[in-house]
This record gives sequence, structure tokens and C-alpha cells, in this order.
Amino acid sequence: MSRIENVFADRNNKALIGYVTVGYPSIDATLEIVPALVENGCNIIELGIPFSDPLADGPIIQKSSYDALRLGITPQKCIDIAKKLRENIDVPLIFMGYYNPVLHYGIGEFCKQCAEAGIDGLIIPDLPPEEGTELENTANEHAIDLIYLLAPTSDDERIKIVANRSTGFIYLVSLTGVTGSGAELPKELEEFVTRVRQTTSKPLCVGFGITTPEQASRVAHIADGVIVGSRIIKLIEEDPSLSSVRSFVRDLRNAL
Amino acid sequence: MNAQLPDEMGHFGIWGGQFVPETLMPALKELDQAYEEACQDQGFWDEFHTLCNKYAGRPTPLYHARRLSERMGGAQILLKREDLVHTGAHKINNALGQGLLAHRMSKKRIIAETGAGQHGVATATICALLGLECIVYMGDEDIHRQSPNVFRMKLLGAEVRPVTSGSQTLKDAINEAIRDWVTNVQTTHYLIGSVVGPHPYPMLVRDCQSIIGKETREQMLSQYNRLPDYVVACVGGGSNAIGIFHPFIDDKEVKLVGVEAAGRGLKGKEHCATLSLGSDGVLHGSRSYLLQDEQGQVSPTHSISAGLDYPGVGPEHSYLKDSGRATYASTSDIDALKGFKMLCETEGIIPALESSHAVYHSTQMAKDLPADKIIVVNLSGRGDKDLDIVAEAMEIEL
Repeated sequence: MSRIENVFADRNNKALIGYVTVGYPSIDATLEIVPALVENGCNIIELGIPFSDPLADGPIIQKSSYDALRLGITPQKCIDIAKKLRENIDVPLIFMGYYNPVLHYGIGEFCKQCAEAGIDGLIIPDLPPEEGTELENTANEHAIDLIYLLAPTSDDERIKIVANRSTGFIYLVSLTGVTGSGAELPKELEEFVTRVRQTTSKPLCVGFGITTPEQASRVAHIADGVIVGSRIIKLIEEDPSLSSVRSFVRDLRNAL
Repeated sequence: MNAQLPDEMGHFGIWGGQFVPETLMPALKELDQAYEEACQDQGFWDEFHTLCNKYAGRPTPLYHARRLSERMGGAQILLKREDLVHTGAHKINNALGQGLLAHRMSKKRIIAETGAGQHGVATATICALLGLECIVYMGDEDIHRQSPNVFRMKLLGAEVRPVTSGSQTLKDAINEAIRDWVTNVQTTHYLIGSVVGPHPYPMLVRDCQSIIGKETREQMLSQYNRLPDYVVACVGGGSNAIGIFHPFIDDKEVKLVGVEAAGRGLKGKEHCATLSLGSDGVLHGSRSYLLQDEQGQVSPTHSISAGLDYPGVGPEHSYLKDSGRATYASTSDIDALKGFKMLCETEGIIPALESSHAVYHSTQMAKDLPADKIIVVNLSGRGDKDLDIVAEAMEIEL
């Protein structure tokens, strides 16, 4: 059983997926933040590979990517950092990154290096299944899941395609928008998750715009996992001691 | 060589495709279907052509630049006068087509990105004409370089939103427009200004701009009873070039030459010669040549002309380059200014700095060719918007 399967083995235990941009605000900080997230209740970690043109991201993650790039963070460094994290961490590590740096690295070599570093899955927000065949096949050969996304705009036909192709879990984008947007989750969220649930038994995790324990609790009622990103980055920025982010993650965990 | 491309998934060989967030995939499908239906509907194209003729002032002349040709002492240079069309650049052709399509799809809100401002002005114009809400994203640096066009857009009722992320140029304006589209996709049509972006945009924009090449071909046959030997156009994203190239694709004897911006020179990093020096990449929804660093991060670019200042290029150009059907050269900032000046002095035409790249390159080609050869240059826009930049480059105070 893969690490990701293990997390979703008992669907009553909800997954809490925390996102950090690798190298923000520094490499040392990432090495400290990730174990802190795990200790306080995250059971999957999304590691963001910074990109110059993060068009699915709102201002908070845009800025963290920009700052990380200025510090010289590269895909290779992200892999090296993941490897180092893996020495002390058992939870699944997933890379979230845009397609171009992966393509440029070389799909075969990237997947091989990821597998060696102990990466369990990939989320590529600008790679729909229509364009994903090559990466999907190569990742799967290395026992890495390629996690595709669904959005509120996805119709039944697309839900079928994505449900069929996504491995590990399916990433449901809660709202039409970029990461970190929206003060409230859309009222149609339950209907959206139910629609996907009717098509697939794969685990469903919901992300984008989840900033409070109350929202996390609402999502946990209908989905198998909750993904939180921008709020974590914001708290890291505001309180480098990490005590705010620790207590925030604890509150999220308690709300699930 | 296949003029029937792209395929159903929007690929030109390995190039093109749809590399966008899932949220947008249904919208691209909707657009693709709406366009396919419009293509079957003669009424749609009749309306397009009527507006092109009666509103935008088409067809534009194909003009023999006699004094410029004489000065070079070689081949004959002909100018396809897109600078004479309404709003002063070829961008209006595409804005008209997509505006009508958006209207058909009952989208009341239009967003666009702009570099030089010409596409922003064209979009604002069509939105005023069709009564649509218009928001234009423009890099903060470009807002300063092209302030007259910013004012034009505002006069036409558009809201111009400054983009302060990244390099604050066209690339970042596109990022921001895509973010807006992801957020407001149900009500909004994204009116992309070049043959870039995810399928069906490269095809849709090409088809609208192909009116340039169709007219040119007919004008050549009726005025000269032959086809040109060369067709030359500047390439940023590449819409004016594709527009004039495409109807000549099957005319093997016509050589197609794209001219990119070499900025301060190809040896350094301050250029945007994507097809000359770029490599396989994915940006803004499609796979194409891309200027990027060794880590796959998109490179900052430079050109004196905001309209060419873009690290990507339309996927069909990548296909034309690989297949050898088109070749791509480049012109530096300094040479573009020479082309600009030469056209002012010999023909009484003030060209856009973008078009000046193609003008200069055509003069260098003409020098070495016999007098019976014909080079058609797509004079894609007029230069009024560039006077401040040219004055500054010439160290003249206005």
C-alpha cells in the first residue's frame, strides 16, 4: 500500500493537507516548517516548486514563489530538500508545480529523481488529462501518483475523465478562482462534491480558499481531505517563530 | 506541411494544445464549439466582413514603396497597409471577430491583455461598438511606455488595470488576465490579442487575421498578376505574421520570413527572439518555443517595442519554423529605429516600432535581390503611439 493509500485507508480519518512553497522564506525554514505541520496534524504535505508565472495562484503564493526564486530555489533544490525531509517524515510528500519546469527538467529524469527522494505524488495545475499522458505514464512507472484537478465548472463528462485518470486522490478546486481567494466557500460546494462522489470512489480532497477551522470542518463533512495553502504561507510570513502556524494547524486538525 | 492544422486537440505537430487549469477547460470547449458553429454560419462571416469593410476600412491598400525600394537599389518592397485600418493596427481584425463571437455566446464582459496598447485599444473599440463591458490588463511598465493608448482605452470606456507582478509587461498582463478569467469564467470572454494561448485561440486569432493575407494574395494577383517572392512580418506573439502568412502556406514559391526583436543584441539576454534562441516550453496554455533559463523559469525579455516584448510565440510559428516553411530572422532596437526613420523619410509613413523591425529586415533583403523580385512587408501598425519612445531614443526633447 502506498503512503497516500494508507492515509485514505480509513475514510473516517480525514486528511489534512498542508501546502508550503519550497524555500520560502528560506531553505532552513522549509526544513523546520514541514515537520512542524506534521507534528500538529497534517498528514499529507504539498511542496510547491516555485515558478516564474504561477497563473493559478493568488497574490500570497505568487509572492512566496517570487521570493523563493530570488533565493535561487530550483526544481533540483526542491528535490534535494524533499529528500532531506523524507529522512525524518513518514507522511506522503507531494510536489505541486507548474508544467514548464518539469518539462524542462525532463519528464523521465524528474520522475526518477522524485521517486528516489521519496516523493509520492505530483499536482500540476496547468496540466489537464488531455495533455498529461506522458507525465502520467512515466510517474506511474515510478509509483508516483499524478493527481488531477476538478473544478466547479467541470461537467459530468470531464468528471468521468479526471476520475478515471487521477491516482492517489482527486483535487477538487472549491471555487472558480485562484488560490487564496474568497472570504466564503461557495454554497454550491456540497452539490459539487456530491456530483463527483456519484462518479467515483476515489478519495476527494478540497482546496482553494479554505482559511478557517469552520470552513475545514464544513469540507470534512463531505470530502476525504482538506487542503490549506495560502493561509499557512500568510501565517509563516506574519510570524516567523511558527507558533501561529502551529496553533492554526492544530485548530484545523481539531475541527476535522 | 499541412495548412489544415491544428488537429482537434489544438496541436500543430508537437506544439500548441491546452495547458490550463481545469476551471478553464469547459470554457475552452464552449468557445471551440461556438466558433465551430459560427464557422458554419454564413451570417457570422457576413457580419465580420461587413464590419471589416464599413467600420474598420478594409481592404487595406497594397502599396509599392517606390522611393524606399530605390534607396535600397534591389528588390521591390510593397507594404500591406494595416496601419491604415481603424485604430491604427491589424489588431482590430481579431477584436472584431472575437467580439462578434462573444456577442453570439452572450458574454457581456470582455477581458483582454495588451502590451503596446494596440490590442487593448482595438478591444475597447469593439466593446464600445457592441455595448460590452471591457477590462484591459496592462503591465505597469507598458502603461508608462504607451500612455497615449492608455488614454484612448479610457476614452472608449474601458477600465485599464495596471499589472505590477513580475516584469510588469505583456507576459504578466496575460497571467493576470488568465487569473481574472479563472475567477469570472461564467460571464466573461477572454479576448486574446495574439495567436498564443490554449486552443482554440491560436486558430481563432489566425482565422480572423488571415483576412490580411487573403487580401494581399488577391491584390498581388490583380495588380501584378503574380504572387510575391517574399512575405515579411514582425513576430512577437505572431498574429500579424500568421495573418499574412497563412493564405500563402500552400504557395510553395512564396518565401515566408518572420522578424523577431533582437533588442540590444542576441548575444546578451536583452532580446525577445524566441524562435531564434528559445527552446521547447509551455507558457500561457500552449507548448511552443520559449525563452527560459536553465531551470525552466521564463526569462525576462527586452525590446524597444512593447508589442514584441514577449518570451513566448504562437505555436503555429514553432511548427512553421520546424517544418522549414517559414524562416525567422531578427532586428535589433537600433536597426528597427533605422527602419522607422527610413520609412518616414522615403515614403511619408510613420510605422509602429513593431512593424519597423520587419521594414528594416526587408530593406536588408532587398539590397541583395534583383529588381524584379517582390517583397511584401506587413506594415502592421502606425507609429503615433511610439513618438515618445523614438524621441527619447534619438535624444530629442518633445
